[in-house]
Amino acid sequence: MPDLGLEVLWKGKNLIRLLGGLGIALRISLVSVLISIGLGTLLGMVRRKEKGLPKVIMRLYLEFIRIMPQLVLLFLVYFGTTRSFGWDLSGETAAVIVFSLWGTAEMSDLVRGALNSIPVHQYESAEALGLWEKQIYRYVILPQAVRRLLPPAINLVTRMIKTTSLVLMIGVVEVLKVAQQIIEANRMSSPNAAFGVYLAVFVIYFCACWPVSLAAKKLERRWR
Amino acid sequence: MEREVLEISHLRKQYDGQTVIDDLSLTVHEGEVIVVIGPSGCGKSTLLRCVNALEDIQGGQIRLHGEPISQKSRNLQQLRQKVGMVFQNYELFPHMNVLDNILLAPVKAQKRARREVKEEAMALLGRVGLENRAESYPRQLSGGQKQRVAIVRALCMHPELLLFDEVTAALDPEMVREVLEVILDLADQGRTMLVVTHEMQFARAVADRIIFLDQGRICEEGPPETFFDAPKTERAEKFLKTFTFERKNKSKSGIRPGEEKL
Repeated sequence: MPDLGLEVLWKGKNLIRLLGGLGIALRISLVSVLISIGLGTLLGMVRRKEKGLPKVIMRLYLEFIRIMPQLVLLFLVYFGTTRSFGWDLSGETAAVIVFSLWGTAEMSDLVRGALNSIPVHQYESAEALGLWEKQIYRYVILPQAVRRLLPPAINLVTRMIKTTSLVLMIGVVEVLKVAQQIIEANRMSSPNAAFGVYLAVFVIYFCACWPVSLAAKKLERRWR
Repeated sequence: MEREVLEISHLRKQYDGQTVIDDLSLTVHEGEVIVVIGPSGCGKSTLLRCVNALEDIQGGQIRLHGEPISQKSRNLQQLRQKVGMVFQNYELFPHMNVLDNILLAPVKAQKRARREVKEEAMALLGRVGLENRAESYPRQLSGGQKQRVAIVRALCMHPELLLFDEVTAALDPEMVREVLEVILDLADQGRTMLVVTHEMQFARAVADRIIFLDQGRICEEGPPETFFDAPKTERAEKFLKTFTFERKNKSKSGIRPGEEKL
């Protein structure tokens, strides 16, 4: 059997350090996801009714975020703001800002789409029953919209978790950075460590995202 | 004469400058069943939608027991609760089971006790033969069953006026009957109803009065026997002819002339 370099993981605190890296990644994504869902939902509801200048501004914001690679956005916020405004953001803060901007933009689009996809007849039959507008949203429209929103929203969350691997480029020590450090440190003693360590990284990301997908699938089935 | 439930006077409705209903006046008395018929695009569905203010109106007035109803009414919700409406495509809420569909508005909008409404709902479901479907979801029901649930949902609000907007138009032929029989039953109970339909046989059976609409105006009205057997206007006569078929060239033996077998 070829040497997969797995023994490196058990050396010292290597595995614990990797998991610590995951902790940082999850912290960044959790905070960003919460901000994105909150702001994105509000923005998505507002965007259904907007016209004129606010609409143009929102459009620009969305396109800008969508077109720019996340890495460029990270550099822009982390290095750019320091040069231009003299802000001393930590890597983690910069990461949360970028991921929240990105998540909010995408989430608002998803929410708007989900609300628009509810047929107008659903509003009308609820209105014809004499329900108040608040009740129509609470009992008829939102429950249906959330069901439609769930699959793409979960997709967004897992994409955000995965994309945190970019933050090593602005000096945040997360999973991938720890992995690189371990491989570097053991280059002489176990030259095959790259395979074993990256395999561990794969398993770690899988374990972080899989439960999210599972939970979503379960909810979807219950709501079908 | 019985009490007036609905009074429409000089109603005018326009979409983008196009007049759909033009100076239409109509009074519906308590216990009366009025069937509105007419060619497609004549404004009959729009008329129903105006009655419970799903459409804004450009002129005239609609009064429910003397109270004006429009999208500007302050107590619009309370007024709508007095008008039950059943739609062509059922419009049940797909994420709720049959019972929750029925209970939502009485419990949330009318603030009635859930237990009391549930008893009533189950009794009504029994009457339309669906008592064992209370826990089913709309997607598990046939079109005819969905439409009967939609009728029960409207009835549970204790409406003073029922609107039926082409409720059998989306149904398979064999399901049409089960829905129409429920409506006939309601007519026998003395409900006040405004029915839009394309089922002429049914219209004849259920109506106290037929309203024939054409181009947004009442073209002819009267008791069903007179209207169907001896329409007064040429327009109505022509419309009714579209429901009868006749082959011009048909011999009694079933063999066309010039095609005799040897």
